[in-house]
Amino acid sequence: MDRAAIIGIGMTKVESRKLDKTFADMAFEAVRKALDDAGMTIADIDNVITTSNDFWDGRTISCMAVGDASGASDKNISCVEGDGTFGAFYGLARTLSGSYGTTLVTGHSKGSQSVSSLITNAAFDPIYNRTLGADMITACAMQSNAYMARTGTTPEQLARVSVKNHGNAMMNENAHLGMKLTVKDVLGSEMIADPLHRLDCSPVSDGCCAIIIADEKRAKKSKKKPVWIKGVGMCADAYFLGDRDLSRSESLVKAARTAYKMAGISDPGKEIDLAEVYDAFSYQELMWLEGLGICADADAGKQLEKGSFDIPGRLPVNASGGLMGGHAVIAAGLYRIAEVVRQIRGEAGAYQAKKADTGLAHGVNGLAGQSHCVWILGKDR
Amino acid sequence: MADIFKGIEPMVYKSRISVPYHWWAGETASRFLVALRDEQKILGTRCAACNKTYLPPRKNCPLCFSASMEWMEVSNEGTVVTFTVARRQLASLPRKAPVIFAMIKLDGADTAILHYLDGVDPGRVKIGMRVKAKFSKDRGARMQDIECFVPKGE
Ligand SMILES: [Zn+2]
Repeated sequence: MDRAAIIGIGMTKVESRKLDKTFADMAFEAVRKALDDAGMTIADIDNVITTSNDFWDGRTISCMAVGDASGASDKNISCVEGDGTFGAFYGLARTLSGSYGTTLVTGHSKGSQSVSSLITNAAFDPIYNRTLGADMITACAMQSNAYMARTGTTPEQLARVSVKNHGNAMMNENAHLGMKLTVKDVLGSEMIADPLHRLDCSPVSDGCCAIIIADEKRAKKSKKKPVWIKGVGMCADAYFLGDRDLSRSESLVKAARTAYKMAGISDPGKEIDLAEVYDAFSYQELMWLEGLGICADADAGKQLEKGSFDIPGRLPVNASGGLMGGHAVIAAGLYRIAEVVRQIRGEAGAYQAKKADTGLAHGVNGLAGQSHCVWILGKDR
Repeated sequence: MADIFKGIEPMVYKSRISVPYHWWAGETASRFLVALRDEQKILGTRCAACNKTYLPPRKNCPLCFSASMEWMEVSNEGTVVTFTVARRQLASLPRKAPVIFAMIKLDGADTAILHYLDGVDPGRVKIGMRVKAKFSKDRGARMQDIECFVPKGE
């Protein structure tokens, strides 16, 4: 494939409730930061992709409401409904089309303004499922039970994900839920839906993230060293939960395989230096690491216990604190990309990984991880 | 808060998104729902090429994209594939917590359906448990025509 790189990132602080910022205010802040980071002005942006969800935003055609604040007036703007990584995938495709030298991609949401249980309930099929009243937490709790039963992963191992990521978040100035926890704290927190305790669940937060993707020619003009896009893959699983083996993520396996092939990676556990994965719930980090082939099936819990995924470990996972530290739905995967960019540039400060030449960022959309997007980013072209 | 807004009185607009909507169930779901209401039968559709019976029924096979599906009655008994107990009174719950949600694979079907599990202590639900549909007395061609599933033998 032709080369493309990420040349600018901008993140608002993820907060439980942004009292002082509207959607447009958040977009402006993130875009302004991304432009400064790239050493560009809005005139250097050739086209814009925004990523949002109408239910979360409380308005239809939600993408257009943030267009002006994203500097899209008089530009080609399009939108993606889904995770920010999906918007970035589209942005990359537009860049590689040759029509645009630079693409600005944003993703935003304000979970604080609505009721997440009702919004995620509305993701279920209205005829067969919705009126029964399940939501994202209950769907994922069923997936967690299925995964744990098949793999023997324990509640203590799940709790350790929460302990690690909430601990890492203490070092990330953009996270709002950094906490020093023990396994006992997690297991002792309110049981929301078996087997998920309150501290097994990420919060629902407010935030906006922006990245700037450039083709090779424009990447050479960027202020900082570009972070190269080595491979991407995207794949969706069946919509109905009952059509899938919830204990496995076939679509993630396929998305990862595509991304690795493009990046020339044959042994992801050895060739990837760090990963930012979509830990909306504690079990997901373990399940996704297995789906990504970073560790063997049913082995992620044991690897976690050995400290493999700690910042000083073999392959730091969610060094930024991940979604446990702050989960702006929709924007969350774009934050993962931006965090990997920070690591590869060596800008991650207190949570910098020792080796960060090749990083993986991962985004999810849909009930119980229906669809996945995997990004491999690298220091060298 | 005053310092964030630098002396400006903060305003919040409270509202709700409320738009009436009618979902036309389509011929496949209509037939399934009518069979539930009138005959207390659970119907799936089968793709002969994939040798797979779908529940809820599909008009077309999602795997091989074939449009030639045949109707099949599946059993009202099956196995719990996975479950959860919603303990917190989540906003989406239409009834009082705890609510047991289960994915149930009915005998004769290759996919599982989502429903409630009742008549069992939430602490005693197990994956692999055998359950049976309990039909509602008040049926209206909706998923709740199955009131819930209960452990087999009760
Ligand atoms: Zn078929």
